[in-house]
Formats: sequence, structure tokens, C-alpha cells
Amino acid sequence: MNELREVAVTVNGTVYDERVEPRLTLADFLRHSLGLTGTHVGCEHGVCGCCTVRLDGAAVRSCILFAVQVDGHRIETVEGLADGESLHPLQEAFSDHGALQCGFCTPGFLMTAIEFLERNPEPDEDAVRDALSGSLCRCTGYQSIVAAVLDAASRLRQGA
Amino acid sequence: MKPAPFAYRDPDSVDEVLALLAEHGDDAKLLAGGQSLGPMLNMRVVSPEFIVDLNRVKALSRRGTSADGGFAIGALVRQAELEDDPAFAVAQPLAAAALPWIAHRPIRNRGTVAGSLVHADPAAEWGGIILALDARLAIRRAGAPPREVEAENFFTGILETAVEAEDLLAEIRLPPWPDGARWGFREFARRRGDFALAGVACRFEVDGAGRCRSVRIGLVGVGDTAVRARLAESVLEGEPPGAELFAAAAAAVGKEVEPLDDGHASAAYRRHLAEVVVADALAEAWEQDGRDEG
Repeated sequence: MNELREVAVTVNGTVYDERVEPRLTLADFLRHSLGLTGTHVGCEHGVCGCCTVRLDGAAVRSCILFAVQVDGHRIETVEGLADGESLHPLQEAFSDHGALQCGFCTPGFLMTAIEFLERNPEPDEDAVRDALSGSLCRCTGYQSIVAAVLDAASRLRQGA
Repeated sequence: MKPAPFAYRDPDSVDEVLALLAEHGDDAKLLAGGQSLGPMLNMRVVSPEFIVDLNRVKALSRRGTSADGGFAIGALVRQAELEDDPAFAVAQPLAAAALPWIAHRPIRNRGTVAGSLVHADPAAEWGGIILALDARLAIRRAGAPPREVEAENFFTGILETAVEAEDLLAEIRLPPWPDGARWGFREFARRRGDFALAGVACRFEVDGAGRCRSVRIGLVGVGDTAVRARLAESVLEGEPPGAELFAAAAAAVGKEVEPLDDGHASAAYRRHLAEVVVADALAEAWEQDGRDEG
């Protein structure tokens, strides 16, 4: 039962080769095996959205995927957003609008929003609220997050 | 909140999947999108000895127009793939309109239609959709000829379907869209993306004499399984559509459904919501011009 499986996965452009137990979730793999603790684990059953990462471009819940399933695939986490010391325009917008307080949910919001903005570069507020509806924040009341995503959309359109 | 240990198998052909199911049956669980199974594993509601991951079986990712002009959805087709497919919206407007109501985009990015159907949550949208569309479910089992189950025979009990432990739900087959058919989809949930407290997918045609024909009403969230509202269908069938008739059909829904009391809503409230969503969905359908393409 405790067989180990080889997983070769590209995370934020770096190739990792690890041996894992099949029951290891992708979230725990990122945090514990790779030390990428930017991905947060909240509810552990796919409801809160904190653990959202991108799998081959698609925003997915890493707490209900297994590490063995991403063998040969490409993962992006919040650690891959900034370019060195310079924040991604979406991160800058979150900072400018106070779109985070405790910050626990923020990585999931960022990874969800960035995928959404790629599909919908010119969203209205309703579309943003719908896109973010699968992510829970207990601090902000969402107003500032929605404002940040709308602002980020306009910054990204201007090539900021 | 961590899964119990399991042995992992990731075959790359349908035959291998069926062989593993034949060998391990009740001790194995199929993993497609994992959006229902993942939480159940984490919470140890289930702890199968084997997980058989379908994700390397390319043949199960097929989707598109079938030989009969309908639309076929392979077991690995993700909800978001259909949501983003303009051809699906043209071919199957009712299902396409329902897709954005299913959970949230990150769930739809991974979750599959087949996985939702086999999990068979009574509030899941696809239950109502397959009933409204007279879909057929293609099931495979090692050593047996492929079989098709009609949507109305698919759900057998709470979280139970015609798909048994040794079976693979290989494909969902939506029949060709009838020319001029009208449709409506409505659901009510307390929060965006939650499972509906009550929901409905409906479709009907209007014949040359201006009467409702081929009426299908698929309800979700108001019983052990998704159900056809047969009494309401019979109220509509053969009658000229209009607000009074729709009100009578909605009242019939209130009489025939048997919702459950639970922590989310009382049975009486769910019954009320069922009437409301049916009246609204029928009105939505009637306001359409009727489509000729399909």
C-alpha cells in the first residue's frame, strides 16, 4: 500500500523529480516536498479556494488533486507570479486596494483571478464577482478584492 | 483530513480500466476529475484499496457530434471544456446554459460530467439536464457487451446509479436537439455555486396547432435523486402554452415532489422553490422564439 511513485513536474518553470505516496495531495506536495508554502491549505475539501494553483494553465484546487496526477504536467503557484522583486500587476493592484488583510486566502484569489483575466480581459463587476465566488475571504468583505481585480484588468490591458 | 493509503493505478486504455474493475470491483474507485471523490477521500467518507485514475485514457476525452447528430461526452470531458466549446452551445443550448451554474470555474476546470453523474448528488445540475434531454448513458464492463441506460433509469437511489462497482460510465449521449424546441434552466442556491436547494431543466416543443409536445421537466435538489416531474409534464402535454398553464404545472410540481428536510432547507421551502423555478423556467422557454438550428 505504501508504494512510492516517481513524479516529474514543472513548477514555476523549474523541473522537480520526487518520489511520493499516491495519497499525497498536490497541495501538501507543493508545501512539504518542494517547500513552496505560498499555496495555502484551508478547508481541504475543495470549497474555500485557498489552495488554488494552475495546472497546465487551468485554475484548480490542489487539495483534491494528487501529486501523482501531475507527473509530466506544468504547475504555477503564487511564487511564480512576481518577477524577482517586481510584483505582478495583479499583486500590485491587491496591494494598492488593500485587497488582503490576514493574507491567508490571497494566493488562491490571485491564481483564480489571473486565469480569469486571461479568459476575460475586459470583465465587468458581475463577472469578477462570479469568477471569485469559489474563493472565501473572512477579512475583507470582498469589496476591495473585486476593485483590485477590476483595476488589474485595466492595468494589464494597458500593458502595465 | 488526509486520505487513507491507497494503491494507485493509472492505465491508459479502457480495456485496462475494465480489467482492473473486474479484478477489484468494490475495493476500487474510479478517479476522473476528483471534485467529488477528492473531498470524500480527504474526509475518509470512502477509503478504497485501489484508485484507478482515468486521466491517461485518451479515448475517454472525446467530445463532439455523434453519428446520429447528437452530442457525445466522454467520461473524461471536463465541465469547462464544454463551457468553452461554441459548438456545444449551438448543439445543446440547455446544457450549455446550465454549465456556468455548476459549482465554480476551478471546479469545472477539473470536474467531469460523467463524474458528477456517477456521484449522483441529488442537487447536481446534470441529473436534471439528462432527464430533460432524454440522454442515454453508455456503460462498459469487462466481458459484457456495451450497454445503454436511459436517463430515466439511471438514478436508482441517493448517491446511487445504474453504474455498478465493475462498470465504467464511458459516454453521455445527448440526442439531436429537436428543431424549434424551447428550453429553460433555473436553480436557486443561497450562495453562488452552491448545490441548488431546487433546480429545473425543462424542454418542450410547440406543434402546428400551438400545443405543448414532448414536455420534459427534470428537477434537482428536491428528493433522493434527480426526478422527472411527470405530473407537471402531463398538465402541459397537448395544451396551449401560457401563464395560466405554467402556473398549473408549477402547482402540480408542488404536489408531486417529495423533498427532504435537512440542515440547508425545510421540505416545505424546497417544495415552494421547486414551484417557483419551474414556473420561471417554463416562462423562459416560452419567451424564446424556438430555434431551428441544431
